Amino acid sequence: MTVVETYPTLDQAARAMGGDAAFLGGGTLVMRAVNEGVAPARLIRVTGPGLSELRVSGDSVRIGAGVTMADVLASRDLEFLHPVARVIGGPQVRNMATVAGNLFAAHPFGDFAAALLALDARVIGAGQGGARPVADVLRDRARAGLVAAIEVPRPRDPKAFGFLKVSRVKPRGVSILSIAAYLPREGGRIRGARVAFGAMGPVPLRSSGAERALEGQSLGAAAIDSAASAATEGLDPPTDEIASAWYRKEVAGVHLKRLLTDMERR
Amino acid sequence: MAKTPVTFTLNGQSKSAFADPGQNLLDFLRRGVGDLTPKFGCGQGTCGACTVTIDGETRLSCLVLAETVYGREVGTAAGLADGAALDPLQTVFMEHFAAQCGYCTPGMLVSARALLDRNPRPSREEVIEAISGNLCRCTGYEPIITAILAVAEGRARA
Repeated sequence: MTVVETYPTLDQAARAMGGDAAFLGGGTLVMRAVNEGVAPARLIRVTGPGLSELRVSGDSVRIGAGVTMADVLASRDLEFLHPVARVIGGPQVRNMATVAGNLFAAHPFGDFAAALLALDARVIGAGQGGARPVADVLRDRARAGLVAAIEVPRPRDPKAFGFLKVSRVKPRGVSILSIAAYLPREGGRIRGARVAFGAMGPVPLRSSGAERALEGQSLGAAAIDSAASAATEGLDPPTDEIASAWYRKEVAGVHLKRLLTDMERR
Repeated sequence: MAKTPVTFTLNGQSKSAFADPGQNLLDFLRRGVGDLTPKFGCGQGTCGACTVTIDGETRLSCLVLAETVYGREVGTAAGLADGAALDPLQTVFMEHFAAQCGYCTPGMLVSARALLDRNPRPSREEVIEAISGNLCRCTGYEPIITAILAVAEGRARA
């Protein structure tokens, strides 16, 4: 039987978290587990305001844990993330699902988390001053603790960030895979390439092969081709009802090439 | 197990009922309050048959914890008609055969009404996007899209 515990602040909720508790955010993941009878015994929720805060400071934006996909789409400061938020779920899900919750979405979900990974976002835990890289949270989600906010660096050049979700059903379908690429350029050369895949592993993962192929190059046909052929190096994608592991590996490079070609033409 | 009293507004009327621990809004509306228009389809946020509005925004009621609607405004398909006077969307759904088995229809109507309330003259693409969270296994969607656009165009003429 489910017990719901409601707290006024996130810090109090964090203290109440334990082995048999789940934090109820937008509900799209946790309530699904409740309906299936597989949710932890205790649901922890927070009523206080402030969780839905979106704050721009300098070259980064702080996204509170309660900020939904619809909130992202309503924010002009987050225009670079609109192509990502737009393809998460359907309209109802976007009104509910939070950015922070996406970090905890099991495969094949978590396309937004792939974008956060490419953008080198950092996660601020409840009651913690410091921030951890998104990759740390993704590496061990069970022990990640409560997320208070996510800090996303805003790309100086919005054209340096590209996102592509590949699904069979349009406009709303589950990912075969998704790709987020952040390719900042200095003097025409890519410096600090970050390419992340969604649905190509148990959690969103970076493509070290593609990043290596792009680093220091100018974004052109040659670099794009070598990034595409190195895209799945070290990746072991899962097989599910959407696509087989073999298929994902075969098409990942093709879709990366399409995304990068599109970014080159911007 | 302790029940939670929930006072909220349903289609403009104040309602109070007790929610079970962990009960979702869909079950609460159907069994606790007696509004049978939102339907149970999948229970996992895929089909949209349970679509309602909370404070004017569409939500999947099967994924909303019932007690969280305390003090809020919930809208369902039951609130569309005013007595015998149907919402224009309900009329065009009949005229364009936009319902066959009818199971998705209440959710479709709620999504379509929410779209037209914020965007009275949507494009075809905007209509498709607005109902993309609502599955229909009968119509192939075309009659539904045509019906929603018919209301939008009717407004433009008026």
